Order: sequence, then C-alpha cells, then structure tokens
Amino acid sequence: MQLGRVIGNVVCTVKTASLAGQRLLIVQPLGREGRAMGRALVALDSVGAGMGDTVYWCRGREASFPFLPADVPCETTIVGLVDVVNIPGSTFAIP
Amino acid sequence: MLIARIIGDVVATHKAPSHHGRKILVVQPLDLDGSDRGGAVLALDSVDAGIGDRVLLVTEGFSAMTAVGRPDSPIDMAVIGVIDAVHLDD
Amino acid sequence: MILARIVGTVVSTRKDPRLEGKKLLVVKPISPEGADEPGYLIAVDTVAAGFRETVLVVTGSSARMAAECKDRPVDAAIVGIVDTVQLDSQHQAELAAARRK
Repeated sequence: MQLGRVIGNVVCTVKTASLAGQRLLIVQPLGREGRAMGRALVALDSVGAGMGDTVYWCRGREASFPFLPADVPCETTIVGLVDVVNIPGSTFAIP
Repeated sequence: MLIARIIGDVVATHKAPSHHGRKILVVQPLDLDGSDRGGAVLALDSVDAGIGDRVLLVTEGFSAMTAVGRPDSPIDMAVIGVIDAVHLDD
Repeated sequence: MILARIVGTVVSTRKDPRLEGKKLLVVKPISPEGADEPGYLIAVDTVAAGFRETVLVVTGSSARMAAECKDRPVDAAIVGIVDTVQLDSQHQAELAAARRK
C-alpha cells in the first residue's frame, strides 16, 4: 500500500459494464515527508474518499478484492482514509 | 521479499474491513548497503514489529494476505519477519 | 489504472488464439493535465474506443477481469472512455510545487 492524496476525479460515460457505479479518483502518491512522489494515477474508491483527502491505496490484483464477489477490473483502489501519519522526524501533515 | 526499516505508522479509522485489527506500518525498503530503495510504502503487520525495526517485507498480494491471515483482501504488502542479522559474502 | 491516449492500432494475424477477435490499440500514458508521459502500452479494447480518444487503462492481472478478457493473455485493457478529468486546483498547485522542489 502507499500513501496518497485525492487530487481529482475522472468521468467516463462509456465504460466496461463491471465499472458501472464505481467512482474514479485521481490519486497523487505521497512520500514519507508528505510530498508528491511519482506519477498520479486513477484509482477506484472503496471507502468513500473525497477531493483533498489523504488516503492509502493498494496496487495489483488485490485492489479488486474490496468489490468481491464482483469481478471489477482495477489495479489501484483506495482502501483507507488516513487520520494520522506518525513518522518520527517527518513533516508529514494532513491538511 | 525486501529488507526494510519501519519508520512510522498510520492511523486510519475508516478503512477496508479486512485491515481492522492490524497495524499499518510506514516502511522504507532498503538496498543491501542500507540505503533507501525507492520511496516509503505502507504494509500491514503480522509479527508485532515496531518503529526502528529492520524487517522482512513481502510485496506481493498472496504472500501478504496469507501472512496477515486475511484472504481475498486488498493487501499488497506485509511485514512478515523482524530481521536479526543479514550476512553478506564480500 | 492510468489515463492514456490512443495513438495507433496493432494488427497481428498470427497470435495466441485467445486474442482472436480482440482489438489491440497502442496507447500512450498521459498525466491528469493531459500531458504526454514516457512509454507506451498495447492494450485490448473492451469499450469500442477510437483514435486519439482519452481512455482509462487497467494493467496487470486485473486487466483480465475486464469484459471478455478472462483467462486470456491480457495485461492491459481499455475499460473506459474519459469524458472529463476534474482536478482540485488547490492541491494540484501544492503538489506541483512539491514536485518541483
């Protein structure tokens, strides 16, 4: 899993049937100091995340498991809303 | 599997049900010389590891889920051992 | 999942039989702002996407969960045609500044 921040969303009218009803959010991965790290990506949401939220997300086939028994084609899913990041010596702040 | 150092932890009240009851650790993967290998990641804990520990990190779903004992869960990384020593051939 | 733009097609006559009838498209990853990013992918189309359209691409083993891709040798699938991308301006600026540092 990795830390990230929700910075946007994507709207698709035409999409594969198994994505119907899913929210598509743009997540910017964050490093240990809370700064952007690497490319932004599109993730599904399994916990009700919103714009600006600090979250953690999961990558890989495992990312589709929150939606079982449905087979949802996604490899990045937000699986938690972060309340506190405790890294001694880090400046990580949750807005 | 990778060698990693636990540098912190995360509190998340609202999360995947399968993550409840497991610590979420902030883990920095390391190279063999002890330097950082890429960015820090989050892993669920299966061995009661704590900040400062050098640990074994699995980075693949099946291993991570089974280590944590939560099959069919969105878990892609887990801490599965606390390292006592690493011996390298010079 | 990533955002990408369709830049071409691939035609292959001799291929794994499990790919027969599949449209193979060449896509280039783009940033949420629409800028080209390095690299490219060949992805199986599941939504009848067209040339130059911005699409949603799922990669890895999850791609096989897309329509009609089960048990096929597919590691990237186009699963949506993007209508709009909305970015949170405040966080976007903050993150862009962090990235420049």
